[in-house]
Amino acid sequence: MRFGVIRFPGSCDEVDALLAARRAGEAVILWHSDRDLHGVDAVIVPGGFSYGDYLRAGAIARFAPVMEEVTEFAHAGGIVLGICNGFQVLCEAGLLPGALLPNTSLKFVFRQVDLEVVRTDTPFTRACGDRHRLSIPVKHTTGRFYAPDQQLRQLESDGQVLLRYAPGHNPNGSLRDIAGVCNEAGNVFGLMPHPEHAVDPLTGSTDGLLLFESIRAHVGDGVTV
Amino acid sequence: MAVRARVLVKPKAGILDPQGQAVQRALPALGFTGVRNVHVGRLIELDVEDPARLPEMCERLLTNPLIEDYEIVETGSTEGDGSA
Amino acid sequence: MVTASSRDSRHRELGLTDSEYDLIVDRLGREPGDTELAMLSLMWSEHCAYKHSRKLLRRLPTEGPFVLMGPGENAGVVDVGGGLGVAFKVESHNHPSAVEPFQGAATGVGGILRDVFAVGARPIAVLDSLRFGEPATSERSRYLLERAVAGIGHYGNSIGVPTVGGEIYFEASYDQNCLINAMCLGLAPQERLIRSAAAGPGNLLVLLGALTGRDGIGGASVLASAELGEGDAAKRPSVQIGDPFAEKKLLECCLELLESELLVSLQDLGAAGLTSSSSEMASKGGVGLDIDVARVPLREPGLEPFEIMVSESQERMLCVVEPAHVDDVIAVCERWETLATPIGTVNDSGRLRVLSGDSVAADLPVSILVDDCPLYELEPAPPARPLYRASPPALTGEESAAETLLALLASPNIASRRPVFEQYDPVVQSRTVRRPEQADAAVLALPGGGAIAVSIDGNGRRVACDPRAGAIEAVFECAANLACVGATALGLTNCLNFGNPEKPHVAWQMVEAVAGIADACEALAVPVVGGNVSLYNEAPAGPIFPTPVIGMVGRLPDAARAGRLGFARAGDLIAIAGPFEPSAVGSELGKLLGREPAGELPPMDMQAVRDAHDSVRLKVNAGALQNAHDIAEGGLAVALAECCIAGRVGATVRLPEGVDPFAEALGCAFVVSGAPEALEGLTIIGRVGGDRLELEGRLNLAVSDLREARERGLSGYV
Repeated sequence: MRFGVIRFPGSCDEVDALLAARRAGEAVILWHSDRDLHGVDAVIVPGGFSYGDYLRAGAIARFAPVMEEVTEFAHAGGIVLGICNGFQVLCEAGLLPGALLPNTSLKFVFRQVDLEVVRTDTPFTRACGDRHRLSIPVKHTTGRFYAPDQQLRQLESDGQVLLRYAPGHNPNGSLRDIAGVCNEAGNVFGLMPHPEHAVDPLTGSTDGLLLFESIRAHVGDGVTV
Repeated sequence: MAVRARVLVKPKAGILDPQGQAVQRALPALGFTGVRNVHVGRLIELDVEDPARLPEMCERLLTNPLIEDYEIVETGSTEGDGSA
Repeated sequence: MVTASSRDSRHRELGLTDSEYDLIVDRLGREPGDTELAMLSLMWSEHCAYKHSRKLLRRLPTEGPFVLMGPGENAGVVDVGGGLGVAFKVESHNHPSAVEPFQGAATGVGGILRDVFAVGARPIAVLDSLRFGEPATSERSRYLLERAVAGIGHYGNSIGVPTVGGEIYFEASYDQNCLINAMCLGLAPQERLIRSAAAGPGNLLVLLGALTGRDGIGGASVLASAELGEGDAAKRPSVQIGDPFAEKKLLECCLELLESELLVSLQDLGAAGLTSSSSEMASKGGVGLDIDVARVPLREPGLEPFEIMVSESQERMLCVVEPAHVDDVIAVCERWETLATPIGTVNDSGRLRVLSGDSVAADLPVSILVDDCPLYELEPAPPARPLYRASPPALTGEESAAETLLALLASPNIASRRPVFEQYDPVVQSRTVRRPEQADAAVLALPGGGAIAVSIDGNGRRVACDPRAGAIEAVFECAANLACVGATALGLTNCLNFGNPEKPHVAWQMVEAVAGIADACEALAVPVVGGNVSLYNEAPAGPIFPTPVIGMVGRLPDAARAGRLGFARAGDLIAIAGPFEPSAVGSELGKLLGREPAGELPPMDMQAVRDAHDSVRLKVNAGALQNAHDIAEGGLAVALAECCIAGRVGATVRLPEGVDPFAEALGCAFVVSGAPEALEGLTIIGRVGGDRLELEGRLNLAVSDLREARERGLSGYV
């Protein structure tokens, strides 16, 4: 099973995502101007500061040539994981609902936070099993999740909220403590926390590995969402 | 002949604007009273051949319509403009 | 004969003395032209030429078995095994940060990053050492703190280099002169390391990176040919604006060029821009350079040759490329959306010529720019009267030990730096084994199981009391922090921040401090591999505390065994390791009590302390200790409190006979804990357990109260 990790100019955590994904399967870098996903089974849009966060975070990266392929792949049911800046790119691209706004504190925040796993029956969380709480770091200035009220209610009732900040752990003012949402079809998922920075006991918690293992298991099953 | 335009972008009404709030809080401390409704946004200035396409530019790239409102201001042709 | 006094005095406005100007005329055999004058005024400035410190720095030991590159290159490099080298350096950006703290601090980080990748190393960590005035009483200091931290975070986070450590001190002495020192570490396979000497007549000089604008020209604008009108001030900015996105692309581009072996040499553009980098490349290579400024890509039209040569526009590098490789270089740069422009050629003339199309704007022997600058002798004399006033007292001395401990924990120099380091990303690149507050040094994993440790330290108040002993302490404290995580020191970088060296008492501080650093380095067998000097940090009220900032890098064999700061297990015994004979001189409590920073620091038996460091390091490497934390500001009581807070567990302690819980001696002793067999030979002072810290007969406080005080200290300021 192969992950493809996109590299935009300004991506920072793409190598980290590559290293993390390699603990669950194989992984390669996909260059932003290359209109080719090289047959990967899942796409990761990584964290960082693509295009310097110019204009709006993710606003320019969403138009990168590779994103046309990612959009097609997503429409066809392919698995797409967007982490932090990747989440911002997917929202800007319309592949995920809502938008990310500046943190209420107006400052960059790095913090190891607890997340509540809302559902474990998804391609991204199935490996969580009994684990309903994950410890994963966040690091961002623009992570406050927003959607208009009506859409928020619908996201909740449709089960599109997959991860929530545990009480007291919301670092950015996200509405309803939302940390990660998926699309209606359930094959595209975006989250602000960085699971790729929680895979190695030497450097911290290993809870993030569960997301990569979930994707591997899902792809291994050959089930389309 | 190109037109110089300005796109003024600001957070949509109703969305929490902590930057605007921070500025609004800071002004009285400096002696400026009677200030309300502060919002902080962004200015994009550009010379365009075809100003009719500006709204489309705004919708597709320059703003995120989910969270931002915008206003287009045309400030005149670029020929008479003294700036470099 | 034309002398300085008989012609217009523009050289004075550019910072050259009359005698320096006469020297220039004498060496050239004529008066310098405008572009030449601009170039010389910068190359002969204190900042570039180290006129008052170069001789003094020769006192520092620079050799060691692990040194791959010593002082004189863009960064020093040490061998960390496995065919890898770690490049590192610390640099100051004090004066620009006082003008614009966000951009000053940001471009300080940008600059030190470039120094590291200029030697071929991928930047893997940043640390920052900051000094401000008192936050409680100085709004300006709070502003500088907040903006500097935001700037460091902005640049480091955006470029994907983790900020893994640092230090901040608040003293009235820095009120008018904040200090922003940025340190960077990089990692390189040894074959990729590159030097900056230009070589190979016929080779091309290629400028990489951002467009050149008027950044940083400021003072040299006196040379502008056009009259400065009222609206023109905006055209001549002094502040450099950093663009981390541009630097990220430049960094990846340079590393790829080096991997592909396409470059002969590489140099970053920092202070004095093209002038200093080209001069130094030519000087080190013993060659000459022709530069055509008409080929330099500009951000705005109409820059004069002198402006192009002194511009400090950020995110630019200069390289030397063989003609056969130029097309490949340009192709790599295009892929990384980075400009690459051949702007000159290498020759064997030994001269630096600046051309503008067909006309010659400057034609100077390289030696006059680099070697011929006069070096000055310092004229040190101990101060005749105290230089620094006491702070207004925050305590009366009547407080209980408990109240005193809480006051110390909440004081700005000791309180938790969480509000600061939460604005930095410490984990990007997936190497960070110990994050801020987890241990006394940052620890970064190396491929293959080992790790490097890094710390930055320098208590200026104690150096103010006693410059020689204070500087020794700074070096030993840095080494102690490394020992706490189990690392052996490999090399040191230093930033010497002082006042006006032309004043005898400041010269004395410099001489004494450098002697102290040299003594400590010799005792610890740690060489200095590079560093920086920042002088003239002085206000009408007087100089800053003499502040030598020490950055040290070490290696530990097993990342999984990196030491931790906090107590870990109820039942563990607590001991002090190392000779510990502290005093009240220069202490934080002394400051809070309103005592002057004066007096002799406790003498240090350097050999005995070195043995203690070795012993702690070995125990940590063996996995024998549950924690190791060096005793620093606030003394033993604060160190114990910090161990309890970090470990979220209490302790019961009986102080050793005669030890004042708040007295200080830095760099010589540690609080450690573990099973009894691990602490044999050490002075046992207590036991871990419960949820309170008890110092028998003195105080008994809930750990939660200790934590609350410590977390309160800086909150609200940043």
